[in-house]
Amino acid sequence: MTINKKLMILLRGIIMDNPVLILILGTCPTLATSTSVISAFSMGLAATAVLIGSNVVISALRKIIPEVVRIPCYIVIIATFVTLVQMLLQAFLPSIYDMLGVYLALIVVNCIILGRAEMFARKNNVLDSAIDGIGMGIGFLVALLIIATIREVLGAGSFAGIEIAFMKDFKIPVLAQAPGGFLVYGIVVAIMNKLTEKRGGVKRKSFSCEGCPTAHLCNKSSCDEANEAVKEGAENA
Amino acid sequence: MLKELILILMAGVLVNNYVLQQFLGICPFLGVSKKVNQATGMGVAVIFVMLCATAVTWPIYHYILSPNFTYLQTIVFILVIAALVQFVEIVLKKFIPALHKSLGVYLPLITTNCAVLGVTINNITAEYSFLQSMISSLGVGLGFLLAMVLFAGVRSRMEGGDTPKAFKGIPITLIAASIVALAFFGFAGVVENLLT
Repeated sequence: MTINKKLMILLRGIIMDNPVLILILGTCPTLATSTSVISAFSMGLAATAVLIGSNVVISALRKIIPEVVRIPCYIVIIATFVTLVQMLLQAFLPSIYDMLGVYLALIVVNCIILGRAEMFARKNNVLDSAIDGIGMGIGFLVALLIIATIREVLGAGSFAGIEIAFMKDFKIPVLAQAPGGFLVYGIVVAIMNKLTEKRGGVKRKSFSCEGCPTAHLCNKSSCDEANEAVKEGAENA
Repeated sequence: MLKELILILMAGVLVNNYVLQQFLGICPFLGVSKKVNQATGMGVAVIFVMLCATAVTWPIYHYILSPNFTYLQTIVFILVIAALVQFVEIVLKKFIPALHKSLGVYLPLITTNCAVLGVTINNITAEYSFLQSMISSLGVGLGFLLAMVLFAGVRSRMEGGDTPKAFKGIPITLIAASIVALAFFGFAGVVENLLT
């Protein structure tokens, strides 16, 4: 029973609540680092490491952190783990550190991590939060790899840096560039919509605002406006 | 000197457009680009916060963190930006209520906007002087505003279209963004040749 429950938490992160493909969180690193499989893989692992660490620490401190100042506390904890990952990569894998560049530091503002702190870690025990971190991290990694594989194979004619001889004459370079990122991501989300349609569709309430951890700061006013607009659009359609 | 500054400005606005070419600040780009006036409000607020953030983080990095504590850059910058956004909101509320009314709702959303943190870090990495940093932030902010407003226009036309069911909502928005990005793609190389 309890093992089933833990498995559910894990699977929810990977499939049902996939942060990138279902919740549409963490769009910036997804688009930016999915140009090649290697950078997507390193980004996914770095973010997973930070996510597990921050989930565990935030969950352990959940009774100590005062409610009103929790967001700044979370940001400090997350930033600490990001700095750790940055220093480790700089020391041991400098080529990956250079490849990810500014996006490594920007894991701090990755909505997935702050979102999981706000939505899961502060309400659940340490073990569950760690499992949630692993599940969400793998979900992020898998989604990144799917998008990166499509972009690298079709756009650059290679996979993880290894050239595919067959693809040499059929490259679509724009897919590896910025516009291709939006295009492939859009198509993958559409396929995801189609696949989940039979199971009653994706229960996505609204745009990114829903998962936005700072939504309560703005009293959700701008979110509500955006959500209403989304709803209007859905009704009209 | 002036030529260099113009190049930095134009690169931020067109060539290295943060939203469409570098994928920074996608969340507000997708979330608040439904109406043109909302997009404009958000864009102006972002320019304002970017300029303030650069004006504060550049001296902090060069006079306090450098050279011994540069590893604290990420933590210090994000905290400074978060505090700054709160501070700007309080000041605006107290002294310029009209401006607060129009920009206020967007300010808290900017705390976790990666474009703001991104531009401050990029300014340090590119080893810009203070003036260059400010110009670069202004350019990036203007680029963000331009992308938001253009995209809001595209989206308002797209809403009326008949989209396949699976593409409704986010997928078609992303594909529209791809086409706008394609348009910006054409600017690559334009700016460098503009002044020579």
